[in-house]
Amino acid sequence: MTQDPLSSIIATDEQMLEGGWELIVGLEVHVELATKTKLFSGSPNRFGDEPNTNIDPVTLGLPGALPVLNKQAVELAMRIGIALNCRIQPCIFHRKNYFYPDMPKAYQISQYDIPLNIDGFLVLPSGTRVGVERAHLEEDTGKSTHIGGATGRIHGSDYSLIDFNRAGVPLVEIVSRPDIRTSEHAKEYVAELRAILEVIGASDAKMEEGSMRVDANVSVHKPGTLFGTRCEIKNVNSIRALGRAIDYEARRQIDVLDSGGTIRQETRHWDDAEGRTHTLRVKEDADDYRYFPEPDLVPLAPSAEWVQAVRDNLPMLPAARRTALSALTGYDTQSEAVIVVVERGQHDYVQAVVDAGGDAVRALIYVQQGFADAGPVPAVPAADLATLTVLERDAKLSATQAKTVLAELVEHGGGDAAAIAAAKGFEAMDTSAVEAMVDEAIAADPGAWAKYMAGDEKASGAIVGRVMKASQGKADGKIVTAIMQSRRG
Amino acid sequence: MATIPTTASGIAAAIASKQITAREVIDSYLAQITARESDIHAFNLVTADAARAHADAIDADIAAGRPIGPLAGVPIAIKDNLCTHGVETTCSSKILEGWKPPYDATVVSRLRDAGAIMVGKTNLDEFAMGSSTENSAFGPTRNPLDTSRVPGGSSGGSAAAVAAGFAPVSLGSDTGGSIRQPAALCGVVGVKPTYGLVSRYGLCAYASSLDQVGPFATTVADAALITEAIAGHDAMDSTSIPQPAPALVASVSQGVAGMRIGRVTDLPAGAEPEVIARLNEAFAALEAAGATIVDVTLPSLSYALTAYYLIAPAEASSNLARYDGVRYGLRVNAVDTNSMYGATRAAGFGDEVKRRIMLGTYALSAGYYDAYYGKALKVRRLIAEDFERAYAQVDVILTPTSPVVAFPFGDKVDDPMAMYLCDIYTIPTNLAGHPAMSVPFGTGAHGMPVGIQVLAPALGEAPMFRVGGALENAAGGVK
Repeated sequence: MTQDPLSSIIATDEQMLEGGWELIVGLEVHVELATKTKLFSGSPNRFGDEPNTNIDPVTLGLPGALPVLNKQAVELAMRIGIALNCRIQPCIFHRKNYFYPDMPKAYQISQYDIPLNIDGFLVLPSGTRVGVERAHLEEDTGKSTHIGGATGRIHGSDYSLIDFNRAGVPLVEIVSRPDIRTSEHAKEYVAELRAILEVIGASDAKMEEGSMRVDANVSVHKPGTLFGTRCEIKNVNSIRALGRAIDYEARRQIDVLDSGGTIRQETRHWDDAEGRTHTLRVKEDADDYRYFPEPDLVPLAPSAEWVQAVRDNLPMLPAARRTALSALTGYDTQSEAVIVVVERGQHDYVQAVVDAGGDAVRALIYVQQGFADAGPVPAVPAADLATLTVLERDAKLSATQAKTVLAELVEHGGGDAAAIAAAKGFEAMDTSAVEAMVDEAIAADPGAWAKYMAGDEKASGAIVGRVMKASQGKADGKIVTAIMQSRRG
Repeated sequence: MATIPTTASGIAAAIASKQITAREVIDSYLAQITARESDIHAFNLVTADAARAHADAIDADIAAGRPIGPLAGVPIAIKDNLCTHGVETTCSSKILEGWKPPYDATVVSRLRDAGAIMVGKTNLDEFAMGSSTENSAFGPTRNPLDTSRVPGGSSGGSAAAVAAGFAPVSLGSDTGGSIRQPAALCGVVGVKPTYGLVSRYGLCAYASSLDQVGPFATTVADAALITEAIAGHDAMDSTSIPQPAPALVASVSQGVAGMRIGRVTDLPAGAEPEVIARLNEAFAALEAAGATIVDVTLPSLSYALTAYYLIAPAEASSNLARYDGVRYGLRVNAVDTNSMYGATRAAGFGDEVKRRIMLGTYALSAGYYDAYYGKALKVRRLIAEDFERAYAQVDVILTPTSPVVAFPFGDKVDDPMAMYLCDIYTIPTNLAGHPAMSVPFGTGAHGMPVGIQVLAPALGEAPMFRVGGALENAAGGVK
């Protein structure tokens, strides 16, 4: 037996599931592009409007209406392709034919064997590289709401309402290779993809609003054998749900296989409340989509100049931002502080604080801890935060005092850190005074000191707490700890 | 009251120079419709009131000295598969009966902007599928020259309207010959322009890669005039050629001296002897007018009909899938959605439409695509290459338009293949995307008219109209 030719990536020992099973996951992610208008007509592409207001003859598939390709959609799709290291190629559109009430023309204009973006990859923050098979353009369908009946699906409902506002909204479908080996990596892939899509302005990528929709192809096998039969999991509406759905589905498949059963190729529906997947339809029921080249559109062949212009105008991607922030602060690219600050888009702000003479490490940590809701451009001027970081670095303020000043800055949208510290009566204590306080604290709590001496680091908390209380927060915690360590010898 | 001219150009000139009023013109044509329409059934709808109001508005503009369009006051009949804002557009199908589009086809708005007055929506084979107009859900159109015979199709209503004097000009659509064949059978001029020269926006699609809108007229010059008015880039149609409308009327009278006219030596057989006789007379007339006749071969032509009847139904099966009863047109209620689709489409479509939907669905199905649709696309390329080789030697090619003259009702309705063969000479042009026109040239069996087809390379409308004009001049001298 040989490894499956679809993917040569093999799980590490820690990544293997119990019983020697290896998980194989590929993800299909649909993202709605943040264009002004629809993919093939001039109606607005806007979420949340009154139903059936953003419509026109093309959207409704009226007789005689014809599609005209939206240039902005192509440009955003190319941004996605470039960000995912794809090759951009001359491409064509196909019709995917099937009947459904919210599909106005009874065919979807999509791309089939010659998509716009092919052969890319995405490197996750953890370092894992996931292949991207393709990222193609297609139009969204309308949205059906089925009234009555038990399931909320069309079958068994009393009647259905259709909103065609979403019909014709541009989508890019990003298809990964089956390179994902753990549910954690699947979540990481989607999180990183979302960060990229936001950074490049291609999509607001909100899973809750459906502007980013993730389907997971899940199978299990024993390494060295061909991949197992896969099931496609739909209705995964958050990153957390994605991890749960994959873990559930892997467990289900292993149970079936371990008890001598076989896996049917099918589409399964994730029920987040029940925490399980249900059969939606088996592969034998699958439609024959009768793909053929869309005769109403001409081939799309972006010029080399256009592709280069899109490439040149692409903002710095999250991975590069992490690398830059890591270089600036000395923190690892995979550290939480770096990942979180880049995710929030606050890396430029950290850089600005440093440029204003601030201390890089303190700037990173202040931003991570104090600016969770501040957005990419916090109200506090970078120079004000820079002043604070310098005061702490130069031991003019203790960490605790600095935190208090930071809270003031955040509350008032800036200010002179030194003046705030002075107004609060903060001043650096000299070390001999702190030493005396440490000795007093040891004398007051000999039990804690004994434990600390015996190697219980947690016991230091009681001593430090006493010093802080005695100094009214003016003592520098780091200095206190250093004194205690020197006393312990 | 002055005599009403019979040509669009004559009418436009007479109205612009205040010799007659637009109202006098429209009343005259509406009177002719009243007199004969019950015998002919060229129209699904006559828009008499709107036409009179439009004429009055034009007359008011003229009286007030306001500018008017180049076709101001010219009556025109519009095939009922072209969308007209607020005016019922049926495609002669029960599935669209009563549907009023919320927009105009680009060709319709261009004609209105030019001042042309719509007199009505003309009958057709349902969704433009047919060669006799017998496939209309609302009953056939009769040939004005002999009402026991078909007018051809699918644009039979538009051809009959011009032949019967209901309008000096009309619009049709041509997917495999649907303008040229009925033009030939009704003894009028019919033009299928280069694919992409005329916008398809608002033309209810039959086969998108083949469909093209074009005019019917009593003269070649009028056909050129209307082609000019409707041609030119339209941003609403991605397949529209990005260049302005060409000037064509001037070509009509330029003569054919020095032109090279192709004679196809391996033309598929089956034409009636009188039709072949008229074709030979046409060659002789052009030669006498100074052209050179050059023999060419088009070996792939014999496969054209087969390729067409895979490509056109394949596209049709997809284009007509939207008639599902969900948003507009007929809905036949049933227990669930899928049953509703089935019941609606079973009741709404006629036999020929169903036949082509099934044929096309099959041709595109997994496992059959390469053998049928894929192979048909290859034949399409071969035909284009044949034409390319031929046009290296000649400016235009002459063939019959139809192998037969107008036939009696019921003659071919039970034999689809016999009906399909009516388009054997017209279909290759559509597959290649080239322009072609049919010019009346004498008569054949039963005294019915024969049409000669002038084929030209892509955007070869100017040489095509030169030859069309020469044939028209010579036609007076033939049988």
